[in-house]
Amino acid sequence: MHILRLFRLKLWVVVLFAGGLWAQASPQDLLHKPAPVFVRDDLSGRKIKLKTYHGKVVLLNFWATWCAPCQVELPKFETWQNELGAQGLQIVAVSMDDDAALVHSTVRRLHLDFPVVMGDARLGDEYGGVLGLPVTYLIDRDGRIVAKFEGETDLDAMERQIQLVLHKR
Amino acid sequence: MQSKRVTAIICGVMLGLVPRGQAQFSNAGAAPLSAMTVPQAQQMQPGELASALKAGVAERPLVLQVGSRVMFAQAHIPRSVFAGPGSQPAGLQLLEMAVASAPKGKLIVIYCGCCPWNHCPNIGPAFKRLHDLGFTNVKALYIARNFGDDWVAKGYAIDKGE
Repeated sequence: MHILRLFRLKLWVVVLFAGGLWAQASPQDLLHKPAPVFVRDDLSGRKIKLKTYHGKVVLLNFWATWCAPCQVELPKFETWQNELGAQGLQIVAVSMDDDAALVHSTVRRLHLDFPVVMGDARLGDEYGGVLGLPVTYLIDRDGRIVAKFEGETDLDAMERQIQLVLHKR
Repeated sequence: MQSKRVTAIICGVMLGLVPRGQAQFSNAGAAPLSAMTVPQAQQMQPGELASALKAGVAERPLVLQVGSRVMFAQAHIPRSVFAGPGSQPAGLQLLEMAVASAPKGKLIVIYCGCCPWNHCPNIGPAFKRLHDLGFTNVKALYIARNFGDDWVAKGYAIDKGE
């Protein structure tokens, strides 16, 4: 009996240890899950609530002023917002910069009109850990994440995905 | 002919046209230094550092994250110190403060992982600043894609928070 108890205890220790290792090795996978909601102020102090975009297709982009591939993407996103906004596309950009002043000047320089909010570690964690930039999530009209783009991305392929989700019935 | 060649080399060294040490950098007034300016001999692979830290080497290197504070807070190498971003003057000041009391021969490993190596704006300036300060044993952690893929996803140890 004592041996059986000891065996069960050792088994639990192994299971818990393995679970810990798994948790560290596998970052949270958000694909096909509801996009974590958040409320943040944009650069002009306006409240941006992800929930209010339910019914639209949201392109949620994590970026930073020092990220070179981000500087290539952002003007394209502005173009898409202008061209596809009427069909229901909404771009929301989350800056992972430490300094909002740099973000302000970059937004002005690139003439970005879509909402830009300041991110932080908590928001990054909620989105599975933003540990490299850029990261972009495509969220459908039901608020589910349907695609994730990491690093330098083929923007034509991204646009095709957006079109598919925009026209999905 | 040989003596002319030697003379040319000496003049080159005096004019700073010929590399003196292991690292050669563009001048201080040039555009932000790319991580590509870090010589391969001064790069360290993630697996190498992870093993060294795990093994508890006799003298632990000073590990400095020279990228984004927000990313540092999400995940960083245990006992590493935030000292960035290397692409900004304030970040380089933080770096100088972080190494102020370190011996010049101390093994210092800097890392970033904000974005792919060839696009990182932080490693190059940080590496150069440390050399300019007289540190002779500086390595840059070669992170090919980003910290998430090349360190966290590999299962190497991390800490969270500032």
